[in-house]
Amino acid sequence: MAYIELSNDFPGIRGLMAYRPETAHPLNALAEVLLRDDDNTLSRGERELIATYVSYLNDCFFCQNVHGALAGHYLQCSLQEIDDMKMDAQGAPLSDKMKALMAIAASVQRSGKAVTEEQIAAAKANGATDRELHDTVLIAAAFCMFNRYVDGLGTWAPKDRNFYVNRAPQRAAEGYIATNLFQ
Amino acid sequence: MPYIKLDSHLPGITGLLETRKDTAQPIRDLTQFLLRGQNTLTEAERELIATVVSNGNECRFCTTAHTAAANLLLGEETTCSLVKDDPDTAPVSGKMKALLHIANAVRVSGKNVTPQLVDRAKSEGATEQEIHDTVLIAALFCLYNRYVDGLGTALPDDASYYNTLAQRLVNHGYTRLPQGYSHIRP
Repeated sequence: MAYIELSNDFPGIRGLMAYRPETAHPLNALAEVLLRDDDNTLSRGERELIATYVSYLNDCFFCQNVHGALAGHYLQCSLQEIDDMKMDAQGAPLSDKMKALMAIAASVQRSGKAVTEEQIAAAKANGATDRELHDTVLIAAAFCMFNRYVDGLGTWAPKDRNFYVNRAPQRAAEGYIATNLFQ
Repeated sequence: MPYIKLDSHLPGITGLLETRKDTAQPIRDLTQFLLRGQNTLTEAERELIATVVSNGNECRFCTTAHTAAANLLLGEETTCSLVKDDPDTAPVSGKMKALLHIANAVRVSGKNVTPQLVDRAKSEGATEQEIHDTVLIAALFCLYNRYVDGLGTALPDDASYYNTLAQRLVNHGYTRLPQGYSHIRP
C-alpha cells in the first residue's frame, strides 16, 4: 500500500505516474533520452545495466527488476547472469571500460563527491569518452531519484521476478514515452 | 576542473545543462513544474525543500543557489538558515516541518520514509499531493546534487553570481533563457 491514495493499482513508478501525469511526462522523457536514444555510443543494454546496478545498490526492488529485465533482454543474459553482474560488477564479464563506468556509477550512488579523479582517469584510459562519462553519472544520478521516488512513497511491486522478465521485450520495443504505461 | 570538457564558461549545473540540451530539457521541465507550477505549497516552501536536501548532500553549488532563491522569495535569511540546521527550530508551519523531515529521510534513502513520518505530515494538514511533491522534489535534488558534484563542476569565482542566479530563478524560473547564457560570466 502506497503512503498516499493513488486511486489506481499499478505497481511501482507506474502508479505514481498515473497519479501525477504532469511529472510523469518529463520523467519518462528523461528515461527515454538517457536509456533508449540510439544516438549513444553506450548500448541500450549497457545503459540499462548501469540503471540496474544503481537500483540494486539503492535496494529498490521494483526498479532493479524492471531495468534488470530490460538489461537482460538487450544483452541476452539470464536473470542469474544479471544478478551476478550487479552483485560483483568488477568480476563480471564486462569490458574494462564498462567496469570503470560501473565503479563511477557506484560512487555516484553514494554521493557525487565520492567520484574520484582516479576513477575518471581510469575510465578515460579504458576508452570512455566525455559523453559516456556524462551519461554514466547522469543515469546513476537519475536512478538515485527514481529509486527514492518509488520507495519514498511506499509503492508496491510484484514479487514474482518473471513478471518483469516477461514484460521486458514489449517494454523494450515501445520505449518509455510512446506507450501507454498504464496497461 | 570539471571531469569532462564543458562547452560553456558557466559554473555548477548551468554548464551541464547547456552542454547537453537533450537531457537538460526534461530535467528543466520537471523542475519548472515542481518548483514553479500551480501548487498549494508556496514557491518559497518548495525552495526550502530543495535547499535542505542539497545541504544534507553537501552540494555547495546547489545549497548556495537555492538558499539565495529561498531568501529572496521569503524576504529574509533566518528561516532558510534554521531549516538547514533543524526544521523543528525554524519559523515554518507544523506541516512544513513534517514535510522537511520527509525530505531529509528521502535524501538518505527512499526506504527511510516511514508511515510515522507520513502520518505526522497528514495530521499537520499536508495533502496527499503535497506529500507526493515533497518526495519527488527531494528525489530530484538527489539527482541534481550528484550530477553537479559527480562531474566535478566548478564553483563561481564571485559569490555575487548566486544573487544573480537567484533573481533569475525567482523572476524567470527553471526554463532555459530564450537568449541563452553567453552574456553571463562566472
